[in-house]
Amino acid sequence: MRRALPRRAALGLCLAGLAPPAGAQPRSVLLASTTSTEQSGLFRHLLPLFTRQTGIAVRVVALGTGQALDVARRGDADAVLVHDPEAEARFVAEGHGIGRRAVMRNDFVLVGPAADPARIAGMRDAAAALRRIAAARAPFVSRGDRSGTHGAELALWRAAGLDPAAAARDGRWYRALGQGMGPTLNAAAAQEAYVLSDRGTWLAFRNRGTLRLLVEGDPRLRNPYSVILVNPARHPHVRHADARALADWLVSPEGQRAIADYRIGGEPLFLPDALPEADGQPP
Amino acid sequence: MEDFGTAFAIALRLIGSGDPALLGIVRLSLAVSAAAVLLAALVGLPLGALLAVARFPGRRAVIVALNALMGLPPVVAGLAIYLLLSRSGPLGGLGLLFTPAAMVLAQAVLIAPILAALSRQVLAAMWEEYAEQLRSFGAGPWRAVPTLLRDGRFALATVLLAGFGRASAEVGAVMIVGGNIEGFTRVMTTAIALETAKGDLPLALALGAVLMAIVLAVNAAVQLLRDAAARRAA
Amino acid sequence: MLLRPPGATGGAAEGPRCASILPLRVAGLRYAAGGQKILRGVDFTIAAGLPTLVVGPNGAGKSVLLRLLHGLLVPQAGRVAWAAPPEEARRRQAMVFQRPVMLRRSALANVAYPLALAGLPRTERAARARAALARVGLAHLAERPARRLSGGEQQRLALARAAALAPEVLFLDEPTANLDPAATRAVEAIVRDIAAAGTKVVMTSHDLAQARRLAGDVLFLHRGRVVEHAPAERFFAAPRAPEAAAFLRGELLA
Ligand SMILES: Nc1ncnc2c1ncn2[C@@H]1O[C@H](COP(=O)(O)OP(=O)(O)O)[C@@H](O)[C@H]1O
Ligand SMILES: [Mg+2]
Repeated sequence: MRRALPRRAALGLCLAGLAPPAGAQPRSVLLASTTSTEQSGLFRHLLPLFTRQTGIAVRVVALGTGQALDVARRGDADAVLVHDPEAEARFVAEGHGIGRRAVMRNDFVLVGPAADPARIAGMRDAAAALRRIAAARAPFVSRGDRSGTHGAELALWRAAGLDPAAAARDGRWYRALGQGMGPTLNAAAAQEAYVLSDRGTWLAFRNRGTLRLLVEGDPRLRNPYSVILVNPARHPHVRHADARALADWLVSPEGQRAIADYRIGGEPLFLPDALPEADGQPP
Repeated sequence: MEDFGTAFAIALRLIGSGDPALLGIVRLSLAVSAAAVLLAALVGLPLGALLAVARFPGRRAVIVALNALMGLPPVVAGLAIYLLLSRSGPLGGLGLLFTPAAMVLAQAVLIAPILAALSRQVLAAMWEEYAEQLRSFGAGPWRAVPTLLRDGRFALATVLLAGFGRASAEVGAVMIVGGNIEGFTRVMTTAIALETAKGDLPLALALGAVLMAIVLAVNAAVQLLRDAAARRAA
Repeated sequence: MLLRPPGATGGAAEGPRCASILPLRVAGLRYAAGGQKILRGVDFTIAAGLPTLVVGPNGAGKSVLLRLLHGLLVPQAGRVAWAAPPEEARRRQAMVFQRPVMLRRSALANVAYPLALAGLPRTERAARARAALARVGLAHLAERPARRLSGGEQQRLALARAAALAPEVLFLDEPTANLDPAATRAVEAIVRDIAAAGTKVVMTSHDLAQARRLAGDVLFLHRGRVVEHAPAERFFAAPRAPEAAAFLRGELLA
């Protein structure tokens, strides 16, 4: 047993080494958000500005919108920043979230192989473009992961009068992956398939292969992001004050300007979208 | 081939640059996996030694269970620990989810069965040699366990290295329970997964090369220390 | 004084100590393994005094007999009865195997290990282990890894390890089987020292000259039976059993 002592001491040292340096970041907020915001590089641009001002570190766990909301439902996050208006409304109605505010938006784009077998390049009507893809039975990959992007894609299929579930059953051309945006784009590049992506991830994506942006600008392709605080009445341990500070900053003129400033190759990825009166519902 | 060349060049540049973010990730990877190995060793090695030494009813069942646990998919282990550590779970009060401690726990759960099974094999051979002599000294199985662990320490160092390799290569479980939070719970493997997701395949591959280099260096260092110590000891 | 007389000062294991664990009475001892009858009914009594040499050709069952006496094997029939309760008898005996197992530690740590098991306080252990090493002429190799010693040195280390416990009875299984003449002489000198210090040595050997040099009495074992048990002088002068006589003439090899 004597021998076990130094070993235990070593373990203690090791675990101590894992702890964040004491006093360096006394305050932190856990933000459950989406892969699109993280992988587009927005957070890396945005959050240090907030931390520098407030001393509050922001820890981002990037998941699909559905998963992010689930994590928050279990009380494992202090706030969420997501993009699925229907799911967000449900989350608030269930009493898990409070103070939902619009923060920003970008839009979805239809991406596909340069050869464009369904001939959709340049179309303005996204639903009509999906109908052509279906008619041509051209390969289409879907997130299939209950993310905001997945929700938007399903709504678009409905608008086109098509049932993607049936398409998934009947044929090989519609492929639901159950993956994040990046892996889905990787798969589309490898399979020369069409895919619906948020613009931010598409712009930041490196492994495009023959993929090209084919359809954009349809009003139905709008992609709004909201911030929601986890309800401290439900989950008393959440760091509510710091989470509120983050949300307030995101919709403040300063936060909005920082969002507008984030560009890749000169192109803005997100448009600030906060309403002037801070507690209003998103559009 | 071009991809590999690019990746290799990036890897060299990354290592050479001493990028503080990368260093942080490397340091966390090493600390998490080392702590996981220590934690798992506290359970796995005595269990392995006991299984090598003792004959008790249910021993075979324990061995079969260990072998099955070796095949436990990391994602399943991660999910189970996630549900345990979640604020809505039984251990939620600890507030460990999405922290390095949760990642240590996940990796330890994954490698403890490996350490137990491998150490059982190593120590069973030694026990065959020692058993009669220790019985003559009046040492029962319980007393034999620490003796075997001590005298088998050089062979067990290799077992621990195997555990370390497996722990540091793991991605599914630490992703779930750590959350891959930049600057806090991002380790080499989750960083690689993230860069892959972003489509930056050369960078992902380069990080993979860095990880390999680290694991290689740790292995070489431990083997050298081990051999030096073994030369001095028995 | 080379070794503590066990009766007088107490062995490694402290505690209440009755007069002696000897004599050892063995009756009707049978042992079989692997479908082979190895001991076929063995009876004898071993009393305190000069070494008892268990002699017989290879495969006679000498090693098995020693393991039975030491309690490492359980007989199918018969009894191994000490003059003390089994627990205490167990504590006051030690054994050196034909192929001694060296722990993966220094020579000194090898000697200290059973002392620790016997409950000797840490401070006493090292001193006692060093003294035991010195008695077998290994003081200068105390820090050397035991497994890197020569065969003769390992055998002496094994003797020191067992003798350090100051057992009342010490079983030695062919302690010189694989040694050259010089190493054999060294080991025999140590055995004599141990016996002179009051420890009862029970030792197997297939070497008659060695038995003549060391034995107080001889137990002649042949094909799993004690064919003759006699004082050494009598045994070597006039063996009664024909197998013993043949063995002494060098005719009986198995
Ligand atoms: N565990 C065992 N299983 C089967 N046979 C054994 C076992 N141990 C010893 N024997 C056999 O018993 C006989 C006596 O062995 P042993 O006591 O070692 O002889 P020796 O007198 O040379 O020391 C030998 O034939 C040996 O092969
Ligand atoms: Mg023998």
